[in-house]
Amino acid sequence: MKKKLICIECPKGCSLDVDIENCRVVKVTGAQCPKGEKYAISEIEDPKRILTATILTKGFPLKLLPVRTDQPIPKARIADAMKAIRKLRVTKRVKTGEVIARDFLGIPGVSVLATRDLEMLK
Amino acid sequence: MIERELVIVGAGPGGMAAAISAYENGVRDILLLERDQYPGGILNQCIHTGFGLDYFKEILTGPEYAERFIKKIKAIPEIELSLRSFVTLLTGDKLLTYFKPGRIETVKARCLIMATGCREKTREMVHIGGTRPSGIFSAGLAQKLINIDGLLPGEEIVIVGSGDIGLIMARRFTLEGAKVKAVIEIQDKTRGLLRNVVQCVTDFDIPLYFNHKIVKIFGKDRVTGVSVARVDSDMREVTGTGFKIDCDTVLLSVGLIPENELIEMAGVRIDKKTNCPVSDETNKTSVPGLFVCGNAFMVYDLADSVSKDSEAAGRLAAEYLKKIGRAG
Amino acid sequence: MKIYDIIIIGAGVVGASISRELSRYKLDIALLEKEIELAFGVSKSNSGIIHPGTQNPPGSLKGKLCVQGNILTRQISRELGVDFKEVGELIVAFTEEEKLRLRELKKEAESLGVPRLEIVDSAWLGKNEPNLSKEALAALYAPTAGIISPYRLVYDLSENAARNGAEFFTETEATAIEKKEYFEISTSKGVFRSRFLINAAGLFADDISRMLGIDDFKITPRKGQEFLLDKKKEHLTNRLIFPLPTKTSKGVLVIKTADGNPMIGPTAEDIEDKDDLSTTDEGLKNVLTRARKMIPLIDGSDIIAYFAGLRPASGNDFIIRHEDKTPGFINVAGIQSPGLTAAPAIALMVCDLLKKSGLTLKKKLIFRSHRKKTIHLFTEPLKKAKALIKKDPGYGDIVCRCEQVSAKEITDAIDRGAKTMDGLKFRTRAQAGRCHGSFCTARLMKILSEKTGVPLKDITKRGKGSRIVLKDRRDD
Repeated sequence: MKKKLICIECPKGCSLDVDIENCRVVKVTGAQCPKGEKYAISEIEDPKRILTATILTKGFPLKLLPVRTDQPIPKARIADAMKAIRKLRVTKRVKTGEVIARDFLGIPGVSVLATRDLEMLK
Repeated sequence: MIERELVIVGAGPGGMAAAISAYENGVRDILLLERDQYPGGILNQCIHTGFGLDYFKEILTGPEYAERFIKKIKAIPEIELSLRSFVTLLTGDKLLTYFKPGRIETVKARCLIMATGCREKTREMVHIGGTRPSGIFSAGLAQKLINIDGLLPGEEIVIVGSGDIGLIMARRFTLEGAKVKAVIEIQDKTRGLLRNVVQCVTDFDIPLYFNHKIVKIFGKDRVTGVSVARVDSDMREVTGTGFKIDCDTVLLSVGLIPENELIEMAGVRIDKKTNCPVSDETNKTSVPGLFVCGNAFMVYDLADSVSKDSEAAGRLAAEYLKKIGRAG
Repeated sequence: MKIYDIIIIGAGVVGASISRELSRYKLDIALLEKEIELAFGVSKSNSGIIHPGTQNPPGSLKGKLCVQGNILTRQISRELGVDFKEVGELIVAFTEEEKLRLRELKKEAESLGVPRLEIVDSAWLGKNEPNLSKEALAALYAPTAGIISPYRLVYDLSENAARNGAEFFTETEATAIEKKEYFEISTSKGVFRSRFLINAAGLFADDISRMLGIDDFKITPRKGQEFLLDKKKEHLTNRLIFPLPTKTSKGVLVIKTADGNPMIGPTAEDIEDKDDLSTTDEGLKNVLTRARKMIPLIDGSDIIAYFAGLRPASGNDFIIRHEDKTPGFINVAGIQSPGLTAAPAIALMVCDLLKKSGLTLKKKLIFRSHRKKTIHLFTEPLKKAKALIKKDPGYGDIVCRCEQVSAKEITDAIDRGAKTMDGLKFRTRAQAGRCHGSFCTARLMKILSEKTGVPLKDITKRGKGSRIVLKDRRDD
């Protein structure tokens, strides 16, 4: 099977032609640098994304706490991840970078981090 | 009336970078005015990643990127951050009037940096006909409603324009459970970053129409749909190519305009077409000692570039103050 | 059940003016409005011009009432604290033929009693209207023309009427009317009864009249598209600028508004649909071309907003009459331009008709003719603004950046009856500036929700079916 991809590793945006057999990349053409091949392999064989979202807070002037996963998670699990995040609530003060949930979605090592300080207004 | 060495209007990625840089270049009296109750400006609602790669060599979200600057600002006592401070008047000799809950302040700035950012173009500026029901939003407003206020503006969305905010909102709406039915772009290519096209639109199989425009908006009380048609190379509608898309929301992401009404009031020369100050050098204006930085100076693609160029404004301000100091 | 002396259907400028005039007398008055707020029909898209009385056919009812109304409006605006500015108007001739017609226009207007008319030459125009096209040869100058905010006038008239005892019912649409011993008006909010009935239903006046079997007139909506320019262009002209009128309309004008933004328009399109408020590219091109013929400086990029309104036209003149076939029923229909100007004179005429048809008008001992002026911070001098903020910190909390509207003005507007986002816009100008509410919408919704107790997701733009957002995370 052949697939076309646009490499997004840099603004050049190389157009990649990828040959795929049994969900494995066998050949990448069109990349102007080695990053292209790496990108194609990860996009086809194991596409992952960092997810950013918000969590409802309780008792703070800020209604929502913005959060992110600390590393990319499988693209296929994004919808589940959103559902899980919508169920979380933050009730305590947090600092940017603090862990809100560990082993998120049961994926060992993946954490959900606060991306903003949550505090009472002075 | 109080006189201050340097006043900076706007505590977003531009104003904060300018304040820090001015301090690092020797300015010891800085008043940073911000109209919101938090510093950070529009970064606070940009909860997605894509910030900091140039500036910090790290991938950050908008609030994280802002936090880096906020921490620095708070650690410098010579920078006074005044929140909920809304500048309403500015004169050519750098007299500023600003409103705060409970009072109006007037301050004379020896040097002034305007970091007022930009606003989004409206439907009227791109001439979309039809009715005026509820359900028409600028992409930035929708972003604020979803990411800050936890309110979902609509459930079936058509996005006009493939600028970065439009693309990012296509993904955000999808993640929040709405259906994005199309992104309509009048030009033959996207106006946004490539990674946003891939990760915000392609990832979710959202149809992206190039060389198309929205002709009309339908709906009496709430949007019920839009009509879309192909355009030729002169951006004119091609007859017979029209089709209708049912939706309850139209999101506009059709460009940004520098917010320069205050300096225009002060007599700074403004380019009528772009709303940018007329200038022969980055950050400089026709008024000595009045600098403009970030998206108010010109619309940038990246917040990183805003911060970088705003640092230069901080340096220029420091140089200017040294110069007039010696003269006086 | 309560029997009102008078029920008025329609809370536009006509209904509001009548209610305020009648509230001087010992009468039970009710005003029924189908929309969620007042002035949400024809009046919301009025240009805000208080006409001097020119451009009306000699002997016409609308001409007579316009000249009277121009005078009455001044006193009313003083009493109610509504800003009225006498800016004057120029009807501009570009050809020798048009120049000749100016004399006819002047004569016709003088026969109606329009005062202080003057024909001015190109030298005068060059000096007094420097941005006017150099091709203008002469103009008819009517110094008594003025400008006012049409919706704020409706709100302030109604507020004053209510203070003097008139009752207002919104979202109360008349669906059937019968004349028995009393008028019985079935509405979406129950049956209302009255001895006299006044139909001021604007676009729907023919439908209301038909409910009582009187169907000898039809309201034809005539659409007008208007285009608002940035407030930066406030001083584009010093006066209202008109071309020579055609048979059906006064043409495309360059208008000054009470809020500062100049406006160009309107178009004049006869249509069928009473809900058609769409704007079109052709309308925009048409208006821009014509406006630029008069003021070449106008640029398409100056336009920050546009909208369409419908004139409730029926033939060429107003229909104001007591229906002898249905005693006690008064039609006030076909009130197109110059309806805003004529409204106070219409109110007096309706009082006369009521008297003639047997209603006794006894003055109340106390009629509170004055109301305290609504504060709009951006129009106040800095000193006054400072004093206001000292009294109430809410004035220092700017909510709308483009029009500089404070939180206190928003809460005031809500206290005075605003229920929707459009209601706030019309009253305070918040969301009406160049960013179209991108900046202030979220905050306005919050204030509206906190003050009225309506959940955020049920806040509407202008009533039923027009919610701003559809879901709130708090409901998760």
